[in-house]
Parts: sequence; structure tokens; C-alpha cells
Amino acid sequence: MRFSGLRVLKEGLGGNKGWQAQWRDAQPKPGYDMIIIGGGGHGLSTAYYLARNHGITNIAVLEKGYLGGGNVGRNTTIVRANYFLPGNSEFYSHSLKLWEGLEEDLNYNVMHSQRGLINLFHSDGQRDAFVRRGNAMVNQGDDAVLLDRDGVRKHLPYLDFEQTRFPIYGGLYHPRGGTARHDAVAWGYARGASERGVDLIQNCEVTGIDIANGVVRGVQTTKGPIKAGKVGIVVAGRSGQVAAMAARRIPVESHVLQAFVTEGLKPVIDHVVSFGMGHFYISQSDKGGLVFGGDLDFYASYASRGNLPMVEHVMEAGMTLMPMIGKAKVLRSWGGIMDMTPDGSPIIDKMDGVEGLYIDCGWNYGGFKAVPASGWCMAHLMATNTPHEVAERFRLDRFRTGINLMDEEGTGAQHNLH
Amino acid sequence: MRIKCPLCGERDRREFYYVGDAVLIERPDAEAGDQVWDDYLHNRDNPAGITRDLWQHEGGCGAWIVVSRNTVTHETLGVELAEARARKIGRGAS
Amino acid sequence: MRVADKGLVDRSKPVRFSFDGHSFEGLAGDTLASALLAHDVRFVARSFKYHRPRGIMGAGSEEASALVTVGSGGAQEPNIRATVQEIYDGLEARSQNCWPSLNYDVLSFNDLFAPFLGAGFYYKTFMWPKAFWERVYEPIIRRSAGIGALSGTHNADQYEKAFAFCDVLVIGAGPAGLMAALTAGRAGADVILCDEDSVLGGRLNGETLEVGEMAGADWAAGAVAELGAMKNVRLLPRTAVTGAYDQGTYGALERVSHHAAAREGRPLECFWRIVAKRAILAAGAIERPIAFTNNDRPGIMMAGAVRTYLNRYGVAPGQRITVFANNDDAHRTARDLVAAGVHVAAVIDSREAAPQGDGYEVISNAQVCGTEGRKGVEAVSYCRANGTVDKIQSDCLAMSGGWNPTVHLTCHMNGRPNWHGGIHSFVPVPGAIPGLEAVGACNGAFSTHRALVEGAEAALRALGEVGLQGQKPLVPQAEDARYRIAPLWTVEGKGRAWLDFQNDVTVKDVRGAAQENFRSVEHMKRYTTQGMAPDQGKSSNVAALAVLADATGRGIEETGTTTFRPPFVPVAIAALGAGAQGKGFAPERHTTSHAESLRRGAPMIEAGLWYRPSYFPALGERTWRQSCDREVNMVRNAVGVCDVSTLGKIDIQGSDAAAFLDFVYANTLSTLKPGKVRYGIMLREDGHVLDDGTTARLGEDHFVMTTTTAAAGQVMRHLEYVHQCLCPDLDVAMISVTEQWAQFAVAGPKARDLLNGVVQESIDAESYPFMGCGAVTVAGVEGRLFRISFSGEHAYEIAVPARYGESLFKLLVGKAEALGGGAYGMEALNVLRIEKGFITHAEIHGRVTAEDIGMGRMVSAKKDCIGKTMSERPGLSGPERAQLVGLQPVGVVKQMTAGAHVFPLGAAPVRANAQGYITSACFSPTLGSTLALAFLENGRARHGEEIVMVDHLRGVTTRCKVCDPVFFDPQGGRVRG
Repeated sequence: MRFSGLRVLKEGLGGNKGWQAQWRDAQPKPGYDMIIIGGGGHGLSTAYYLARNHGITNIAVLEKGYLGGGNVGRNTTIVRANYFLPGNSEFYSHSLKLWEGLEEDLNYNVMHSQRGLINLFHSDGQRDAFVRRGNAMVNQGDDAVLLDRDGVRKHLPYLDFEQTRFPIYGGLYHPRGGTARHDAVAWGYARGASERGVDLIQNCEVTGIDIANGVVRGVQTTKGPIKAGKVGIVVAGRSGQVAAMAARRIPVESHVLQAFVTEGLKPVIDHVVSFGMGHFYISQSDKGGLVFGGDLDFYASYASRGNLPMVEHVMEAGMTLMPMIGKAKVLRSWGGIMDMTPDGSPIIDKMDGVEGLYIDCGWNYGGFKAVPASGWCMAHLMATNTPHEVAERFRLDRFRTGINLMDEEGTGAQHNLH
Repeated sequence: MRIKCPLCGERDRREFYYVGDAVLIERPDAEAGDQVWDDYLHNRDNPAGITRDLWQHEGGCGAWIVVSRNTVTHETLGVELAEARARKIGRGAS
Repeated sequence: MRVADKGLVDRSKPVRFSFDGHSFEGLAGDTLASALLAHDVRFVARSFKYHRPRGIMGAGSEEASALVTVGSGGAQEPNIRATVQEIYDGLEARSQNCWPSLNYDVLSFNDLFAPFLGAGFYYKTFMWPKAFWERVYEPIIRRSAGIGALSGTHNADQYEKAFAFCDVLVIGAGPAGLMAALTAGRAGADVILCDEDSVLGGRLNGETLEVGEMAGADWAAGAVAELGAMKNVRLLPRTAVTGAYDQGTYGALERVSHHAAAREGRPLECFWRIVAKRAILAAGAIERPIAFTNNDRPGIMMAGAVRTYLNRYGVAPGQRITVFANNDDAHRTARDLVAAGVHVAAVIDSREAAPQGDGYEVISNAQVCGTEGRKGVEAVSYCRANGTVDKIQSDCLAMSGGWNPTVHLTCHMNGRPNWHGGIHSFVPVPGAIPGLEAVGACNGAFSTHRALVEGAEAALRALGEVGLQGQKPLVPQAEDARYRIAPLWTVEGKGRAWLDFQNDVTVKDVRGAAQENFRSVEHMKRYTTQGMAPDQGKSSNVAALAVLADATGRGIEETGTTTFRPPFVPVAIAALGAGAQGKGFAPERHTTSHAESLRRGAPMIEAGLWYRPSYFPALGERTWRQSCDREVNMVRNAVGVCDVSTLGKIDIQGSDAAAFLDFVYANTLSTLKPGKVRYGIMLREDGHVLDDGTTARLGEDHFVMTTTTAAAGQVMRHLEYVHQCLCPDLDVAMISVTEQWAQFAVAGPKARDLLNGVVQESIDAESYPFMGCGAVTVAGVEGRLFRISFSGEHAYEIAVPARYGESLFKLLVGKAEALGGGAYGMEALNVLRIEKGFITHAEIHGRVTAEDIGMGRMVSAKKDCIGKTMSERPGLSGPERAQLVGLQPVGVVKQMTAGAHVFPLGAAPVRANAQGYITSACFSPTLGSTLALAFLENGRARHGEEIVMVDHLRGVTTRCKVCDPVFFDPQGGRVRG
């Protein structure tokens, strides 16, 4: 069923009885050409692009809970292409281009809103680092504008320009940056994949990976064994556990990241804004809630929930930067499980030593904006057995060799510092 | 979250600095080879369950401690001084 | 309408307040909701999506309907629950989400388009034309969404945070909580008792029940008085426990002065972090509505809330009240109303075996199927089992679909509540929060007697667990009625029946979601936004998942709940972030020369937490460049003084100190002779540069290491890590002495002359050669002198205990001025170091190796050190890596900028051609040219080559020549001279 304004009118007049399931609920077949473990944003987009770009439709996506129930359903919805190191630059640039055509492609309004992202800086040194970043963005063909203090004031008059402990020197403005409705991204890909014949199987947990003579044969699940020619592991924070089913240790440590949303408010923040002297980033959803977050809680965790020190730190940063949000009330806080890597950059690669086994992980806490390109590149890798050109640096062995490390934060091989 | 420092007693999490898996105590020999070093510095068991990780009571006595903890429930099961652990595995003098 | 002789309000104390500009008189003890109802104001709000008229539904913090804005300007607070806001003289409240007024709201036409605005309609449209999303559709959606509005100006109120510790935290002060607190308090335990309400007592204040043969409210008041007299008990009324966190930590929000006309120095709110050895949750239960057609009109309320308004506030919310219920409890509403002389039109009970009326008519086996009245209910239609429909004229409908235990806190650690078939509700799973026990109504024990008993028993257990002996209390007499209920979630009908009143989610929306395969409870929530409004679905979630369970052919138990997450009630960002507004976000560190620098007019800039002088303007100077150039020339030609105390200073001692330093530094320190200083670089274990600095050997077993300002804390932590975790048997100890010593650079050709006028000892080439150090005496004070230089000049750093720092700074600057020099700041320091090619964290930014910065040979081949093995990885060396070089302009354009990227001549400035970037740039008055430090691929082999730097952002393209990063005095003659 094609979605459109006309369709909404037509169904509305008919009592909304004609709407169909947005995706089919499938039960597992005995075998598939390919199995994607993980029905989050990345897994669903991988399946979608396998079908759309490579014509491979005999695929199952296995999800242990509900579709889109991981980090794609639990994030601060920011979409941007403002990386500065080779490898990341071309990948996120590609992802942003996919975002810009996503609604048309999926026939699903994911509310991708290019409202502009402003990263604030608070010292000459930070400015120089942001200029380097901005120039890298322009080198890549993306957009970046350097704002001085008055430039920031024009966009964000509500910031506290007089009082803050760390005065605002200026900002790096990324006009094409913005937000999207996170759940809708998962649903749109699920619908698109399902329409193309992909089996989406919920409540189906993978409990083992069958490997014989170094070749992947299929998986064991709570719904029984399923054969497969190729298997892709796309499970974010759970990557370590699933990799262990193939007797692999991977460079990932899982951490909790909290985020927050306030009650619905009339429009007051029109951009995505990030503070430079403490982790704090904020935007306002179309529903009116202020959506914001900060840094990791900094300890390894699978609890999907955090503790007060980081909650308070994030709110304190918000109050020093934009005290006009003080009266907004936090309605809900949540925690996601972040797959942190030693350089803060992702992995899309073959699993060394097991033919037909692939992994897509290490999204740290930037996975949402990567959803389109991650699926695009993982699909390319699984279909062709060669890395896509914009993801060819996302290799598992870069930590062992030191070749093409992409440490944007410059904090080194400590997983939680990225 | 609260952690019991072996020297100072129970303190709020905000007094502590977390660095990662306590495997960091088991520094390999310089000649151990790239796979061993890769495992030491990068690859992690990353268990959903009981883990041992390395913290410093930075806002207190400065002791580095090994905390046994459940990563799913955040329950802490035991704490020992990192130097005691290092000696136990025969790494007193590096 | 006020009812005579009822309630806990003070009839002798009138209070004047306004709502939407109309002035009203209420009574002390009223909430905004009770005061408005006393004046028969029923219509107070508009709903989120359809802008439907809404009234007051409840009487507590779960209110889903009556949200208002209070105050204006920086004190304006949206989305305040009228049921929680106590009135005070001068309170100004306004309705929200309506324009131009509550009565005539333009967007109420949305309601007519409801068939097209069902759950998730926006995912299916607004896609064409593409450019319209940001320009047309989204702005319209944004403007129609949201409920209240922020003022847009800085918060003007004061908020606070506090820590508290206790043996037993009791959450909720109804019968169960009071009994628990009494039992624990009497045993001497440190008790904190929190309740969201202004008056402790919970439902006892809203009921006519008796406890211990007195009115329940009186018993509660007695218990509160007893607790208030105990020194070991802290009572926190108006305090909602917002979240349960690890190891017995709880967050709690105290509304300190929302109820007061005058704050008298108190904050508006205080956010508590409470650490409790044990906690008792006595949070009560929340009544749930029933979904029937048009169940959202003003005047349709919860049956328990109607009792509360009657019994606690002496207010009848209507003159002809109908009750609709599926349980016995709601009959109390009818009984209390009749007893107070209020007309009860009927009790419509969905059960066949409904209780007999006691002075009111009971219509059993019937269901309310519709209401009339646009801005307030006027009539109620009900349908009997045989299908006949009748109508009752009624201005208030009190409904009750039963009670949901307030299990929220017990689920904050991922616990899922259990379905209890007896009470048709979810109840907590014991042990879901370590150390917390749920009692009373929130545990599914709905009688007052059970609440009292469970409270006492849980307190005794908690006492035992914290090592105290409790006395089993005499539990007073109280009702122990059985809770009788037959589940009823929805009444089938044609129109819309609301589940989530706040977000305008109807039964049709939930069924539609299931039809589109949003069958998981999480999918349904996310697709319909059920439970995501300010009331967090407190009253609506259970009914919504009952509808979903029905639509998907599953049981409620199998359907499950969504995740309950903190906070339990919405908490202002200003409360959680209290103290940070303005300058409070981070501490400020001042050096000993801070005041003197300010006196000299130096603009101070932030350097981490420190403040350092940017430059010291002289008379007649108008720009920072003029001052900076003068200060640089001063250092190059005479002498300058600069406070360098912010650099980290770590005192390291022990017989293995030298061996330890050899392990943490890439180069060798053990060969350093006492009385000498050596520059060192430190690697991270992954082979990249961590920090650099000098280390002085003061004695055989005594070193003082300096770190950069930025990395001082990190290096200290690293050294302790290396010692305690990797080589604890080494005899070495270290401590940060950054704050203990004030240290000043004295740099320039006249530096020695200056020092010889300051220190007692004679300073000459022999006593203090380059990189020499030793003890000196300054005006009788023992200090240290190091002959080191960050400017390339003949220079020293002199250190004295911090308490003498200010005096020494004044002395040094005075002497320098006499010699034609003076103080210099960060700008000049930066120029001086760039001229010499010295690095800072602009260069060692965490991604560079020793080899990248030309120090590869410093990594000793003779020993192991932290980072050595990994620095030998193939990717960490080689000509394809960018190496530190100097750049000088060679074309017409002389400007070079930090952050610019560099390209081969003639290459397009795109990523594929980028070969590096500029890290630092300045104008050098010494050389009369712009200089830049840059990283360039294979740069060391390219000295002399011409390249181009491009700064797209600043619009600068400059042709430059690659050179050695040491621009000035490459032989280093000046530093040794």
C-alpha cells in the first residue's frame, strides 16, 4: 500500500478500516540465503538494501525482542555529517545523502528535518579544532559555516552569553544537520524490506552460530535452527555475546548512555545545539519535547539505565548554557547500550576465519545517523564480499595494525572515552 | 551507584574514575606479539553478567581498585586493591 | 461548590488568586483545582491534538488533564498540575495550548478532522513536495504541538540540590507509610519520610474512614505529630521520590516554596539525592478511568478524586453527580456525597451483583455509553444489558475502573510487574529493587487495615536488616473491606473513547495500531504516543494495554507493560541542574598572580578550570596584537615574567623513582644527574603521545615532574595506574604539588640579571647551566630554580611555596620593568613557542606519535616503556603519516590560519587531495612574518617544497613553503647563552 496524503483522506473517509499491516510477521523458513541477526535500525536497513540494491530477497532478519527496540528506538535522533577524519568523512557524507532521499525511497515520512546543527566552542583552541573539522567537511563536499559570537547570537539568542563559566566564542554551523523521527526510521525500513520479500521474525533470539570447516552454515534460535549461506551480525551493544557464538573476541565494550525528554512545549529550540565544555546536546522534537543527552555513564553496562551523576551533569550543562530551559520538566530518562570501540569509529567487516560471517558494530554513540549508510555498506559487503568504498577503512584489524585508526576524540584506546 | 573502596569504605560513584576491564593489570611482555597486545588493549570479553573492572578512587584516596560487578544489574560483588591483584598474578615489579 | 462543614481547608483564611485573568477567592489549604471547582469552574484546559475542552480529572500528581501555566517572565512555568499547585495570595495561573482564548480556540477545528488525524497519520503524508517539510509542514506541526510554553528568558528562580543519608527511607505517608515510619522511628532508626502531598496522610485525608476509632485524617495528624517530635526522623512533605538508582540511591524532588507568596530566601525546589540502607515503598494506588464515548468532557472525574474534593477540600464538583464504576470502592463516593447532602443522580455499576444503594439509586449491569455537553458534561447516557439506552441529567460523572498500584519505582531497575488476577492490576515483584519493599495499596493491599499491618511488618524487617531492634506496634483498628471488582476497560460505542487524555489517544488509535501490526506494547506506545504525555500514562497505560491485548487476542499478562523509567513525576531541568546557572557549572582555579594580573588590566582566559592572563595591555595599546608583539619583543630583547603555576607538578620520591620514570617516559630519565632537568615525552599504551614536560632530579631519589596544564590530572592518574597496577613493588610514591608551588618563568637575555637581584645565591653559567636546577632562597623563603625555557631564550622558572607567590610575582615584574621588560601573557607565550617550534596539545592532540612530531629517536631502544610496543605497529610510522613541519607564506597572501588543510600546489581542495592541516599559527614580530606549525604527509622530506593551505571557512587560500618547525634560532645559541 502506497502512503500519501490522498490515501490518508481516503482511508479516513472509510473509517480507517482499510489500513494494512506495515510489515508481515513471518515465521522462520528452514533456510535462507542470508540471515541478519538483529532487527534494529542497522539490521533492517541492511536487509532493505540487500533486497533493493542487490536483488537478494531470500533473507530473514532475526530479532530477539521487537523490531526497532534497541538504540534506534532510544536515542537523541540527531543526523549529521560533521566528521573530520578520512574514513568517517566519506561514510557519514554518504549517509546524509541517503537521509536526504529516504522518505521518497521508503515512501515513509521519517520526518528528517534539516534544521541545522550548531557546535559551540569556548576557547581559541576549540575554535581551531572546529575549523579543522569544518574544513574537512567542506573538503568532503558537505556544508560547514564558522559563526562568531554574534553569528551564534543570531541563531540562538536564548543562550546565556553573559554569564556562563565558559563563554561562548562561536560555533560551527552545519546547516544540513538535523533530526529525524527515530522509530519511524526502523518502521520505514521494516516496511520496505518486508514489501520486497524479506522475512522479519520477532521474538526470535539467536543462541548459536553453526560453523563447519570454517564456513558458516546457519544459526540456532529460540524458534529452532535456521540454515543460511551468509550471516550478518548487526546487534550493536550485544555484539560481544553474538561474536562469542563464533568464538570471536571483538574490540567492543558496552556502555550505558542516558538521554532525556521533557514534556511537550511550544517551539523554543529550532536547531540542534551542542555545548563544547561538557557533554550536552539538545533539540526539540516535532511533538514539542526537548530531547537531550550527554556523555556515557562511563562504566560497562547492559542495564539500559543509568545513574544520577551523569543525569545531573547533563542538566547542569544545560543550565549554564541555556538557562531558559530551566522550567522545562524532564518526563522520561532512558539508557541505551553503546558498542564502544577503542578509536570511537565503527566496524563493517568480514569475520576473519569464518567464511560467510560478517559483522557491523562499533557505532559508539553515533549509530542513529549512520543507519542508512551502515545498511547500504553492510549489504554491499555481504552481497559482494568486498567492502563498499565509503566503508573500506572500517576494518576489524585496524587496532592490531594501527593502520587507518579513526580517533576523532584523540583519547586513545580506552573504550569509554569516545 | 555506590562503590566500596577497600580503604575508605562505601562512597558515591562520582568519586571514582573507570578505565575498563581489569585485564589491563595483566600487561603482556614487550615481545608477546601483536595478537596478544591486541587482545590486551582492544579486544574484550564484554560480558553481560559478572565482570571485573578497574576503577580509581580518584576523588578520594587515589587507590586503583578491581571491582567485581554485574553489568546487567549493577550489583557489586567484591572489591580489592589493584596492587594486591597485581602481586597475586606475579606482577609486583612489572 | 463549597460544602458546609467539610474538609481540612481553613475557612478563616481566604486566599485570592487568578485564573485566566479572572480573580477568585479560595481557602488556605486549597489546590488550584479545588479552588476552581469550589467556584464551579470545570473547563480549564485544552487537549494536545484535538484541542478538546478538558477539566479536572484527578486530585493528585497523576493528573492527565488540568495543566496550567503559572507565573510570567523568567518565573513562568508551564504544565503545572492544577491538582498539585497550592494556592497563595497573588497566584496567577493561565490555561495553555489555546488561542486566542480557552473558550474560543482556533485549533479546536482539529477535532472535526479527527478521522484523518489518527495515530501515526503523519508517517504517511507530508512527503510531497520534498522541500515543503522544513518550510511548511514541520513548522505547522511544531506550532500546533506542545502544550505549555517556556518564556524564552533565563530562569529567574533559585533551585537547590542536597544529599541525605538514612537507615530507612519511607516513600509515601498514607496509612502504610506512616505506620512504617512510626515503627522504624520509635526503634531509633534514622528515617526519612517523603510524600508528594503538602499534608501527610495520603488517602486518609480524602476519605471518611476511621483509624483507631477516630477520623483517619486525625489519626494521620497524630502520627505526623509524633514523628515530627523524633530527632531521628526527617519529614519531607511536598517531596516526590522520582527514581530508584543503584545501591540504595534515590532521587527526590521537594517543592520547597511553590505554595508560598513569599520565598523568604528559600529555593523554589530542592532535588535530593538520598542514600538509604533500606526503603519502604508506600506509594498507594492510582484510580483508572473507563474508556467510553466522549469520556473526556470537563466534569468527568475519577470517583476517588471526587471524594477527595468533598472530604479534604469541602468541595462538591457538581450538583447532580452520577457515578460509573466496576468496583465497590466507587460506592464510597456516592455514600460520602449523600452524607454531605450532595445529590447523587445514580450509581451505574457494570456488574450484575452490584451492592445496594445506601440513599442513592444503583443501576446494575449497565454501562455509561456517552455524554453530552460541549464545554462540560450535561448529561450521561447509559446502556443496560438488554440494549436500552437511558439518559441522566448530570453535571459531574465520577468514574472508577478500579485501582492500579503505584508500582513505578519498583520497575526502575528493569523489573516488570506481575499481573494480579484478583485485583486486575499489576503488582510489584518482590526484590525488584534491592533493599526496597512495597507495602499497602502499591503492593495490591487495598484495605486500610492491610496497609497498616504491612507498613509495620516491613519496618520491622528493615530494622532487622540495618541491625536495629524494633517493637511490634499495636496496629490500630481500621476497615478491612474486600476489594471487589469485575474488569471493565472499554464500553463499545461509535464515537471516540479516550485512553490517554493528555495525548488524545483513543481506543480506535490502539486498535488501529494493532491493525497495522504495531502489536508489541512498545510498538503500540510509540505509534500512538500512548502514555508519553506529561502524566506519563499513570492512569491510562493499563487500560491501553488491555485494549491492545483484546485487539491482538492475547491476555494482558502476555501483552506485558512498557518500561517504567525515572522520573516518577516530571522534574524541572533547573532542579536537576541546580547550582550550574551562571558561573556554577565548574569550579574556578586562580593562580597566586590572579589579582595582580587583573589589577594590571589583563583579560583572563579559561585554561581548563584555570584562568590565565591573555596579555598585559600597556598605555596606548588598542589591540591584543599590539600588546602581544610588545611582550614578545620584550622577552626576545630584555626579560619577561609569566606565571606558569598551572602546569602540573608531581613530586616523585623513592629508591625506585628513576626506574619508574624510565618506564613511564619514552626516553631515559635514570641517567639524569641530581641538579639537572630533562625534557621527556610520555606515551599512552597505544603508542600515541600522552604528554610532554620536564623532570628535574632534585636528589638521588627525588624528582619533580611537570606536565602540561591540560593533562595534569590525567598524567597523575596515569602514574598511579602504572605504579599500583603494573609495578606495585617499586619503591616509589608520588603526589601532585601543583597547588603547593607558585612558579614563574623569567625569560630573556636579562633573565639572569633579574634573578641575581632577587635570589640570595649567585646565579651564573656554572651554578645554573642550561637544564640545571637547585634550591634558592628568595627573601628568606626557600624556593627552587630551574634553568629551562619554553621561549627559546635564556630563561628560568622560579618556584616558591604558593603563599609567597603573589609577592614574588610583584617583585619579579617590578624588577623586569626596571630592566625594560615586564609581565607577559598567553598570547605572547604562544608566539614565542611557535617561533621555536615547541609543541602544545594543539600538536599532541592524541592522534600523533613521537615520530610524527620528530621525536621518534627519543623512544629509547634500550628499555621497555609504556606505549613502546604498540608504537611499533605498522600503521604508526612511515612516510604516509603526517609529520610536523613549519610553514611560511611565499605568495601575496600572508595570512595562515589554524584549522586550514594543506594541499599540493594546483590540486583541488577536496578530501582526496588533503595532505595535512595547520595546528598553530601566529604573526611573529621577531621574524616579521606569519608562521604556522602543520602536519604534512611525509613532511620532513619536503622542506623547501611549496604547498597551499586552504581555509574554506574563513575564505583564506595561502601559498606557503614547507620548512623546519624551528623558525628562530635553530642552533639554540640563545637558550644556552
